[in-house]
Amino acid sequence: MTEDATKNEPSPNQPKLNQIVSAIESHVGQDALIDHYINKLSKDVPTIVANPNTYYSIAKLLRYDEQLNFAYLSELHGTDFETHMEIYVHLHSFNMNQSVALKVKLDRAAPVIPSLVPLWPGANWPECEAYDLLGIDFREHPDLKRILLGDDWKGYPLRKDYQPYDVEV
Amino acid sequence: MLRTEEMLLNVGPQHPSTHGVFRLVIKIDGEIIKEATPVIGYLHRGTEKLAENLQYTQIIPYTDRLDYLAAMTNNYVLCHAVETMMAIEVPDRAEYLRVIAMELGRVASHLVWWGTYLLDIGATSPFLYAFREREMIVNLLTELSGARLTFNYMRVGGVKWDAPEGWIEKVAEFVPYMREQLAGYHELVTGNEIFVNRVKGVGIYTKEEALQYSLSGANLRCTGVKWDLRKNEPYSIYDRFTFDVPTREEGDAFSRYHCRMEEIEESLKILEQAVVQFPEGPILAKVPKIIKVPKGEAFVRIESPRGEIGCYIASEGKKEPYRLKFRRPSFYNLQILPKLLEGENMANLITILGAIDIVLGEVDG
Repeated sequence: MTEDATKNEPSPNQPKLNQIVSAIESHVGQDALIDHYINKLSKDVPTIVANPNTYYSIAKLLRYDEQLNFAYLSELHGTDFETHMEIYVHLHSFNMNQSVALKVKLDRAAPVIPSLVPLWPGANWPECEAYDLLGIDFREHPDLKRILLGDDWKGYPLRKDYQPYDVEV
Repeated sequence: MLRTEEMLLNVGPQHPSTHGVFRLVIKIDGEIIKEATPVIGYLHRGTEKLAENLQYTQIIPYTDRLDYLAAMTNNYVLCHAVETMMAIEVPDRAEYLRVIAMELGRVASHLVWWGTYLLDIGATSPFLYAFREREMIVNLLTELSGARLTFNYMRVGGVKWDAPEGWIEKVAEFVPYMREQLAGYHELVTGNEIFVNRVKGVGIYTKEEALQYSLSGANLRCTGVKWDLRKNEPYSIYDRFTFDVPTREEGDAFSRYHCRMEEIEESLKILEQAVVQFPEGPILAKVPKIIKVPKGEAFVRIESPRGEIGCYIASEGKKEPYRLKFRRPSFYNLQILPKLLEGENMANLITILGAIDIVLGEVDG
């Protein structure tokens, strides 16, 4: 089989992605998602890209919908892509026996996004970490603080334009 | 009724029971903990930031220093992420060496936990037994990689060194020896009335809470969730072995103890089968000298002794990652601690903290 043929073959996870997308479109709205695709590089994980306004409603649906029931938050982190900030959330549903990657692109100048702690208490520290290292503001977070660095740290080290601050220099 | 005053007590960051630098600020009323606030970050070395300026092979030694009690699994998760993105097929012999190394590491890690946990709650001698057996594993891994703890053993596409002459036989001999010792451990500790009274019914949480707080590993399985990535999302060659995923229903510290002890047995089963199936062949796939990961992103997760360890790579197609992120199980597992400690007796603090099994290098990243 040539490489192109493998690339064009539909992924076994395609039906699951379709199920998730149609649930979101019927419950949250037709334009709730910016993009959705199968990430071939990442073991074919269904990936959905929310826009910042619908991010929380989509997360809530993924969490509480009886068919979907993504009860487990496996990972949450941010990335500075220079043009924008991005949150990556990896969720798992024991019902569907399937993971899903939920992404959202944020304005880099003012990265603000609702916190997922009300849905998954396990999102607490990872959100603190993203705040600490990238300066992303999670609204409604119960205790957003610098979790790894000191409280008086200047700047956000994982931002690509970060300049180390040293009083001695 | 006797009136007591609320007191603020600082535990750590240098405290023997935290096995690293972990600080806990607790509010106590008499003997009862009202509130506990963990303070972490003392061991933060900025691994993820450093990695952005390193080539993939150069990052491997840094992963050794995250969870330094089971460095082989950390090596693996990074290599696995790169291999997944580059679609590299790893030779069989290399995968067997990796699995043997990782399972030996799992046994060693659980032994350290067992010994130090009992030491924390007052039993001194089990520590000595555990470290005697662990030393044998450390010696085996030293023969394989040249280092005791920071192995730097795996590479993208395989492993750095082949097994030395007679090494596989030594692993095969270790399995029955360890089984015999494990039976001794149970005789010594598991049925001990004092120990059981200290851990039974302490630090209970439900299955729902465990899932909500993103717990993984024995911390999740002790509530009855049969979830082990080696079985549920098979990676490497784990689908070639027969082994079980031990679970318990109680969700207390004692059930976590049982899960870990039984996991040692299951790892021994895997080792036993791996040394029999151990094939001949190359130990490294054909990989370009300079590794360039295709543009895109990937998140992979595997089962470490402490739970689910994950690695996220965002690549621009260069020889360094654009962004590297580790999902560190100890960091996630520790989150539930304030909830567990609230309303608990002071004497149970160490019992509950110890049962989570954290490694601070991993908590702080």
